[in-house]
This record gives sequence, C-alpha cells and structure tokens, in this order.
Amino acid sequence: MIAIVDYGAGNIFSVKNACDYLGLSAELTKNAEDIRNADGIILPGVGAFPWAMNKLSESGLVEVIKEEAVKKPFLGICLGMQLIFSKGYEFEETEGLGLIDGEVRLMTPDDLSIPHIGWNKLEKNRDCPLLKGLGDDEYVYFVHSYSARCADEDVSAYCGYGERVTALVNRGTVYGAQFHPEKSGKTGLKILSNFADLM
Amino acid sequence: MLAKRIIPCLDVREGKVVKGINFVGIKEVGDPVECAAEYDAQGADEIVFLDITASHEGRGTMLDVVRRTARKVFVPLTVGGGIRTIDDFRDTLRAGADKVSVNSAAVKNPQLIREAADIFGCQCVVVAIDAKKCPDGHYTVVINGGRIDMGIDAVEWAKQAEALGAGEILLTSMDTDGVKGGFDIDMLNAVCSAVKIPVIASGGCGSLKHFTDVFEQTGAAAALAASLFHYKELTVGEVKEEMKHHNIPVRMV
Repeated sequence: MIAIVDYGAGNIFSVKNACDYLGLSAELTKNAEDIRNADGIILPGVGAFPWAMNKLSESGLVEVIKEEAVKKPFLGICLGMQLIFSKGYEFEETEGLGLIDGEVRLMTPDDLSIPHIGWNKLEKNRDCPLLKGLGDDEYVYFVHSYSARCADEDVSAYCGYGERVTALVNRGTVYGAQFHPEKSGKTGLKILSNFADLM
Repeated sequence: MLAKRIIPCLDVREGKVVKGINFVGIKEVGDPVECAAEYDAQGADEIVFLDITASHEGRGTMLDVVRRTARKVFVPLTVGGGIRTIDDFRDTLRAGADKVSVNSAAVKNPQLIREAADIFGCQCVVVAIDAKKCPDGHYTVVINGGRIDMGIDAVEWAKQAEALGAGEILLTSMDTDGVKGGFDIDMLNAVCSAVKIPVIASGGCGSLKHFTDVFEQTGAAAALAASLFHYKELTVGEVKEEMKHHNIPVRMV
C-alpha cells in the first residue's frame, strides 16, 4: 500500500486518482502509523513551503517521514519534492525535511514568466529507475515558481526554462519530481508505475 | 523549452457535450468524460470544458462531469462558463479541475481575479477575453457571446488581468470565431506583446496551416479549437505531426 500524505495541501485527489487508475493500492492518510506500515510514501503538495512545513509539523509527521523515507520508496511531488531539501526560501528561510542536501529558491529566468507552467522536456542526467522505459523525447507538466538547487549527482533529470531547472531527483530511496506525474499523461503514469515497482 | 500546447474545447450543457449546428439548433452529441478521454489519447495537452448550462441548478451536473473526468484523464483540465464567485472557483477545483476560466464576471468585478489568485494561486486562474476589432483599429472587450460591447480596450484589459494575478489569458477573437479562416494573428500579436503570461489563441482555425501559422507568427503558448476536433475534421495527433514538421516544440504521444 502507498501512503499518500494528506496534510491539508490542495489537489491531492489527482494523485489518488492516478494510483487508482493504475490499479495501485493507495490511501490518503495523516496517520503516522499508516505511514510506518506503508510499502511506499507519496508526499504531494501545492502551496507555499513554510505553510506546508508548518502543517506537517502540526500533524506530527515530520519525524515519521524523515525516518520512513530512507527505509522505503518515497516520492515527493511538486511542493512535496521541494520539502525534501534542507532549506526553502519562499517568503522566509524555512528548514525542510533535509532528505537531500539543497536549497529551494525563486526561479529567475530572464524574460520568461513565472510561474513556470506547461509541458517541458525532461533532459536525463543520470539513470533513474523512475525513467525506466521512457525515451529521449518525454514531456511532463510543470507548475512552480521555486526550484531546487542541489548537487548534480542527486539530479536524475533537468528541464530547460531560461536556466537549468531541477526536474527529478533521487538519493537512495528518496525521489522527488518537480513536475506533476499525475498530470503528465502517459509519461507521468509510467513514472508513477515505475515508482510502484520499487516497492 | 516549453512545448506549444494544443487544447481541444468541449461545450457542455446539462452534463452532455453539445455543439451548435446553427444558431437555432443545439445538438447533444455525447459524454464529456468519453470525449475528454479520447482527446487525451490523441495527445491533447490540456482539455477545456466550457459549461453552457443556463440554469444555476446545472452546476452540480458539471461538477460531477469534472469529478468523473479527473478519474480517467491525466492531463490538465480547465473548466469555465458561469464562474462568478470564489465559491465557484473552490467547488470546481475541488471537483478535480486544475484551472478555472473566468470571463464576464471578471470584466464586471476585476478583483475576483486577485482574490482567486491569492487563495488558489495564479496558476489556476485563466482569464478568458472575447474581443473584436473596432473601426479605429483597437480591440474591444465583448461579453455574452459578443452581444455586449463593454467599451474596454482588450489589450489594456489583458495587462490589467495579468497585474491582478491571472496565470493565463484565453483570447478569443469574435471576428474570426466560427469563420475557419485562421486565428486572429494581429489581435494575438497585440495581446502577446503586452503581457508576459501565456496567451491561448482561440477562434478561427480551420486547417493544419492555421495552427502552424499561429505559432510561427505570434507568441501564443497554446491553440484552442472546438468544432474542428469535435467533428473529426482533424485529430490532435495530425495537428502535432504538422507542428513537428515545422520544428515547433511539441509533445508527441
């Protein structure tokens, strides 16, 4: 069973819908015990970094996520991906989950509008199990204004938007997608089913 | 680099896809969920539902359509038509829409854009602008299907919508809509050069060339079409093949 962490962030039903469509057993939960017992964890999220960290800590989920994410497959999506880094700078400096070293900062692409919204092409950087079976011309759907700055060795794929944007990261059992696999058509569904195959 | 998007639009009334065959007869032609799934399979980058239900009671039916579509279609879904309040935004997003498009209500109350952007984020606020050319060469905003001229400059309105927090502009030219003679290149250029947010071109496409023209001659981020796809004159896949041929960045499926 995949535990989809429900900490009050919007739009988590689309992740659940995609899991259901793929025939994956997944439950929305804010219960620490469910997260401990799950075979995999997805941390979704739309919203602001400080608000989300605050919600996670109010729900008493920060420690359990930190412990469990290194034991079994963990996927952060969009804001959920940003939260896995050490620090965020949305409005104010906020400590993240620290599962991968790095910072999340406002994007500053010259002459391009923010947020970065739309279908952008994945540029593979390293082999990653989540990209298994995908070709070189895969587009995924992004909606974000902040992006992660981290070591190249943790980056599985970038995309280009005025600057090189961290699109997919991985360290050990921890994965993070800046894009929305649940809104990225067949490519996104393949990435989610690749994730489920890790369990 | 972002792919240029192709967006089929479905007119939905009382939970059914309809397409006017002329001004008198509206013909019901199918299940919006199935139509949306078909467009997704063809490679649509986003799907727009335009709710043309006249009655307020019909809104629940539309939300149910959105809910069922969100279980089967995994590309962004935009819902518009009759959106007037923050509660309408909330209900539509909760049902599973990714974006909400607002038209007349924003013209009448521009602060609705700011409120919606503050609460839900600008990425989900699409401001739909229907416009037509005036004899003096300016573009004017019209509402109610072109029947009421609001006396507002369309380019200025687009700039104001962006400043208030709109994430995208859906620009329909009432001069080219339904004519199938091509998108309104001049109107699109006037708006695209005035705003930084993505502009979706709507109204007038009738052939493959019209799609490549709009991306080669304007800064439009996306092109929307309804009847062309609806009556299967072209598939989304055919349009994308042609775009690829012209080296326009496109997501092939």
